[in-house]
Amino acid sequence: MRQEWTSFNGGVWEKEINVRDFIQKNYTPYDGDESFLKGPTQATKELWEQVLKLSEEERKAGGVLDMDTKIVSGITSHGPGYLDKSKEKIVGFQTDKPFKRALQPYGGIRMAVKACEDNGYHVDPDVVDFFLKHRKTHNDGVFDAYTPEMRACRSSHIITGLPDAYGRGRIIGDYRRVALYGLDRLIEDKQRQKDGTRIIMYSDVTRQREELSEQIKALKELKELGSIYGFDISKPAANVKEAIQWMYFGYLAAIKEQNGAAMSLGRTSTFIDIYAERDLADGTFTEEEIQEFVDHFVMKLRLVKFARTPEYNALFSGDPTWVTESIGGMGIDGRSMVTKMSFRYLHTLSNLGTAPEPNLTVLWSVRLPENFKRFCARTSIMSSSIQYENDDLMRVTHGDDYAIACCVSSMRVGKEMQFFGARANLAKCLLYAINGGVDEISKKQVGPKYRPITSEYLDYDEVMERFNDMMKWLAQVYVNTLNIIHYMHDKYCYERVQMALHDKKVTRWFATGIAGLSVVADSLSAIKYAKVRTIRDENGIAVDYEVEGGYPRYGNDDDRVDDIAYDVVREFMHYIKGNHTYRGGIPTTSILTITSNVVYGKNTGSTPDGRKAGEAFAPGANPMHHRDEKGAVASLSSVSKLPFKDAQDGISNTFSIIPGALGKEDAVLFDELSLDDLSFSMEPDCACDEPGFADDGDV
Amino acid sequence: MKGCSMKGRIHSIESFGTVDGPGIRLVVFFQGCPMRCKYCHNPDTWEMSGGSERTAAEILELFERNRPFYRGGGITATGGEPLMQLAFLTELFAEAKRRKIHTCLDTSGITYPVGPESGGRRKGEFERLFAVTDLVLLDVKHSSPKEHVRLTAKGQEPVLAFAKALEAAKVPVIVRHVCVPGITDGEENLKELGRLIGRWKNLKGLDVLAYHTMGVSKYKELGIPYPLEGIAKMEPEKARAARETVLKGILEVRGCKSC
Repeated sequence: MRQEWTSFNGGVWEKEINVRDFIQKNYTPYDGDESFLKGPTQATKELWEQVLKLSEEERKAGGVLDMDTKIVSGITSHGPGYLDKSKEKIVGFQTDKPFKRALQPYGGIRMAVKACEDNGYHVDPDVVDFFLKHRKTHNDGVFDAYTPEMRACRSSHIITGLPDAYGRGRIIGDYRRVALYGLDRLIEDKQRQKDGTRIIMYSDVTRQREELSEQIKALKELKELGSIYGFDISKPAANVKEAIQWMYFGYLAAIKEQNGAAMSLGRTSTFIDIYAERDLADGTFTEEEIQEFVDHFVMKLRLVKFARTPEYNALFSGDPTWVTESIGGMGIDGRSMVTKMSFRYLHTLSNLGTAPEPNLTVLWSVRLPENFKRFCARTSIMSSSIQYENDDLMRVTHGDDYAIACCVSSMRVGKEMQFFGARANLAKCLLYAINGGVDEISKKQVGPKYRPITSEYLDYDEVMERFNDMMKWLAQVYVNTLNIIHYMHDKYCYERVQMALHDKKVTRWFATGIAGLSVVADSLSAIKYAKVRTIRDENGIAVDYEVEGGYPRYGNDDDRVDDIAYDVVREFMHYIKGNHTYRGGIPTTSILTITSNVVYGKNTGSTPDGRKAGEAFAPGANPMHHRDEKGAVASLSSVSKLPFKDAQDGISNTFSIIPGALGKEDAVLFDELSLDDLSFSMEPDCACDEPGFADDGDV
Repeated sequence: MKGCSMKGRIHSIESFGTVDGPGIRLVVFFQGCPMRCKYCHNPDTWEMSGGSERTAAEILELFERNRPFYRGGGITATGGEPLMQLAFLTELFAEAKRRKIHTCLDTSGITYPVGPESGGRRKGEFERLFAVTDLVLLDVKHSSPKEHVRLTAKGQEPVLAFAKALEAAKVPVIVRHVCVPGITDGEENLKELGRLIGRWKNLKGLDVLAYHTMGVSKYKELGIPYPLEGIAKMEPEKARAARETVLKGILEVRGCKSC
């Protein structure tokens, strides 16, 4: 066994690249409480103080403190950058200094230029010229191939948020491999993969050989990135500090190369804990030191920054990077995967204060250790910064070494990746069905010229028939638009280092998405159970609707309408699956707009549920605002009926509640504490101790 | 379901109740209340004529279909005054217990028989309810009998008799007390409340609620003048301090003097 692996339990992981096997053979489940945790060190406090000051300056400067306008970002493009080298235990920034945003034009030079211009910076004209004349970008490629119909769908917003001018993201490299194996071993493995390709050069084999070569080059550059910061990462990490640092270099290389819509980290805490346990046992590091490494690592993740345009930030309500880290969950052997490191990661919310990034996501199972559940609850109450996802649901498909990319997209780390697919606006699709493909806002013929519905009152069966036809058409344009996008992204903006940290054979999820589900469900319900009158413009286009009478509304646990929502998801997925997908991608759908629902609503006319033109859609799979009247459980119950197997890329329900409505904030039951607080001295064996007063057990 | 033919008048049902008993609960608001508490925030539940008719089976069906949400919780009857529909309430709770659902009653106890009407038959009906009730949230409106009438338009006697009966039946009780500035927040009032409830052996907890003004708009809608016009809502810290004062009263009667 290699020296760095001394005292680890061996296994298949030694012979092949297999991080899961290493974890399963070596991790220590932890079901204790949080009392072992340590607060921030002096260095941590001082560094964070410095970050807060820089953040303040950034805010004052209008959101951006500095931008690189000359050096095209790559893994080794910049020299080292530090906050304060003497204090940082984990190092590395995207450029040569913190808060300086990198220039990343491969997704699209126009977007890169605009991101700079909008923030008052100007990209070096030579760089712009080079990318316009000599180096085509993803964005150029896509628009060369788009059909007029695709362009029309894009500008009418029936298909929205397409990653055709920026990095698609949603790919998670297995950054743990860097720490466990070191670069030499990973490069050697990739070289073997390349040597083992088929020899008749069909285009897919040629592409594979070219991609593997790119991956090898990227890994060599990653090794170089280590040495820029003074580390030799060709060898495996020898302790927890190195393991975190090596892993972070892998992630740093990815964000230096890609400005993706979501650049998630993976599922690292249980892996890292194995090193921490070993170092604690042999006295290499103390708990305080280990927490400091974690705090400094998380600090770096909080400082991930990309150059983006104000429109992009408007779509996503802020400047999100989606550095999602998945924590906890259950192993398929029944052991919990919660370790002390799961606590340490969440504890950064106390040590550094709350923050939206990294997006700490607890993979929740009813079987998680009680102490961890309570710690999560307490940390949530204190920080409002933990995301929870249903491990019991996802483990069935993805096993116990998957992670979340972005907000809900699950994928096996290093084995599966996703082609991010934005979403189709089904509410608009319903309007197209009624108006025979004419856009209700622009009045242009965008969809196919199917027969419009001309009656004054809408008939459910007639609308459903047209709606199904229109969904079928939309699914076809949508999937083929995505086929072009992902072809071009692979060609001009390939995620070299992230894919180098994947297996040779990768499962590709072909993600699509739905916007406006609750609008559609309620509209169809209104048409079926109430009377919906069309209001038409001078050309007979239905531009508004009048609902006469009440109808069952999605979000009230009423099967009459919840079944409609279920059917719409099933049908749309059915049509999606009927199309050819690029690189054998397996189609999935998500229902998860979290912020962009506002923008989609703005671009959609009045709908038959009574929603007026321009009004926001509800987020994700949420019921429409104020239409769920039976309380949260009924509302959540409606959402939970949606078929997960047809929406495996995720179903989101945005749920806000005032703390007071989540239960009593103060103690109600008597316990020892409320008695201690009283200023009376109490003798033992007095009446106060009689059962029924001090006992709160059986209520 | 056999024997569940009775219908109750229900004002509304909340599927995610978190403040009326332990855990997440299905909260059933009964229609009708004989009291007219000045601070009442649900005046729309007063009249027996409102609401709609539901059977126990219909209500429990709402619970059953979302049972996983209610682990550690249960069903709570509130209102209005659930005791106004004693037979239906008993049927609902009996069926809930049969299905192993935790039952909680939020009540003022005001309909408990006292004086000439306190016959055995009526009390027996209450006994049947107690047998299927896991927890009572008892709203004690005021410690002073005189102030009780002024505040609620009803006497305090039935409430105390009800509490006694609960004690005898060993039904756990959490006392709720709304703290209204100038009406129920006097130091002596609060201490006296403590002395009053401190004697109950089944007392498990105390919830002192700060008066709020969220009910005002309902009065406007119903065209009823708001009785506490001009009284500001109470800050939560004050309610917390009031709870401490009540606890002192409890200790006085329970406390070590008797050791």
